[in-house]
Amino acid sequence: MTPRWKFWLIGGLVIAVLAAAIYFPILRRRVKRAAKLQQQSEEQARRELTQPIVINPGDPRVKTKLFWASDTIESTLVPVTVELPLSNEPVLRSKQVLNTLLAGPVDAELRTLPPDALLLAFYLLPDGTAIADFSEALATSIPSGIVSEQLAVNSITRTLEANVPQVQRLKILIHGQEVETLAGHLDLAETFVVNTKPAQLAVKPAPAQSSTDKPPTPASDKPPAPAPAPLTADKPPGKLAQPERKP
Amino acid sequence: MAPLAAVMVSPSQTPSQTQQPAPGTPPAASPPATSPQGGVAGPVGSPFGAQAQQAGLNIVVLDPAHGGTDPGARGTGGIRESEIVLDFVVQVRRALELQGFQVVQTRQGNENPSFDDRSATANAQRGAVFVTMHISSTGLPGTARVYVNSDLPPVADSNGLIPWDRAQAPFLGLSRTFGDLVQGYLTQRFKGSPDTAQTASVRQLRTTAAPAIAVEISSVTVEDRADLDRMAPGVADAIARGAAAFKPSYVVPNTRGALP
Repeated sequence: MTPRWKFWLIGGLVIAVLAAAIYFPILRRRVKRAAKLQQQSEEQARRELTQPIVINPGDPRVKTKLFWASDTIESTLVPVTVELPLSNEPVLRSKQVLNTLLAGPVDAELRTLPPDALLLAFYLLPDGTAIADFSEALATSIPSGIVSEQLAVNSITRTLEANVPQVQRLKILIHGQEVETLAGHLDLAETFVVNTKPAQLAVKPAPAQSSTDKPPTPASDKPPAPAPAPLTADKPPGKLAQPERKP
Repeated sequence: MAPLAAVMVSPSQTPSQTQQPAPGTPPAASPPATSPQGGVAGPVGSPFGAQAQQAGLNIVVLDPAHGGTDPGARGTGGIRESEIVLDFVVQVRRALELQGFQVVQTRQGNENPSFDDRSATANAQRGAVFVTMHISSTGLPGTARVYVNSDLPPVADSNGLIPWDRAQAPFLGLSRTFGDLVQGYLTQRFKGSPDTAQTASVRQLRTTAAPAIAVEISSVTVEDRADLDRMAPGVADAIARGAAAFKPSYVVPNTRGALP
């Protein structure tokens, strides 16, 4: 091999090494980013896809009561008032308050719902029966037990009661399906009483929904939320029991 | 709700393979009308049939919750609710037998009968109360809560049958009385517990045609399992004393169609 060829060969190799040295960190960053994306759970990915920001800054800001766990009395709920721009349309309004409830309070210890749980869909029937469809994380990530499961459902029903008078009853679905219990204890076969007083405002028909917002077909042939017979008004199942007195 | 026109299952049906009367005691009373999911629980107010039996509370059905592939609540130290409730039930059983009750368990080992199987075990007894045992994963450690089922729409059907899905409805008042008694004894033992029974939509209670309560102990978050084990004798004593105190107020009607 002549010296001239050696020069060109070595030069070519040096250029290739330099190019590789420059490109390698970029490649490594891309691989890391891809691995990070893969690590995201299905729920997290769905959160990004299905949870558009439903808060419209143009809506009037109103005082909103959200029910989270009390930091002073064990296993009870307390209302926290925040100002939120809320829609007057009951379905959108319900989504807004439930998404804020799911986002949780500043103090994570006072959460009533798992941080990775999502509201997948929300419907309101003309008779005031609402259907809230939550992701599986609501059932799988919640601490198991009567106390914790009841606290979770009560925080949902009481938040709806305080902010969406059109919702009279609530049926909870998990990932579009009727389930027997939330996490082994609390009965989700029934609807929960939300408002015992008739709504002041007539329920407006829900606006045209996207294809993903169509009511899911329940596992059985029954309608997803049959209108239940009225329950006793003074102790509705969706309500918390009186705060316990402590010695 | 299950259709009322569903076929009533023969009283001789065995509700659960885990049902066993206490050793050395006579077999439980003849089963009343029971049904698997979708059936009916029995005549309104008289799910116990019309056989000549001693009219009163004789049997306590103990239900250690979860089991099998369902461990229930799990603590950081490897504590499993399904195992602890089984240990609790052993002590509760002993305390109840000392009070003269027959005891039937919905499971003896690490099985997981369905909610309906467990209810069927209770609904097959005559003159029974039902106690389902739980350990929570939250709540103030060292406390105990009694739950009775939330209000259910009243059963008012002319054919005299209780829908399976509403089997608890005619018994809610009795369940509340029983629950308050047990809660009172628990609160004497475990400070910080509520004074009266709480109300919750507990799935296991809804299909049970007997005075029925859930007892939930807090919690699996204790660092040492011994902390829970130490509660067992007190819980057992409270349930046994509660059942004994409740016994005079529970008269099982001998006639079909009579309300409990």
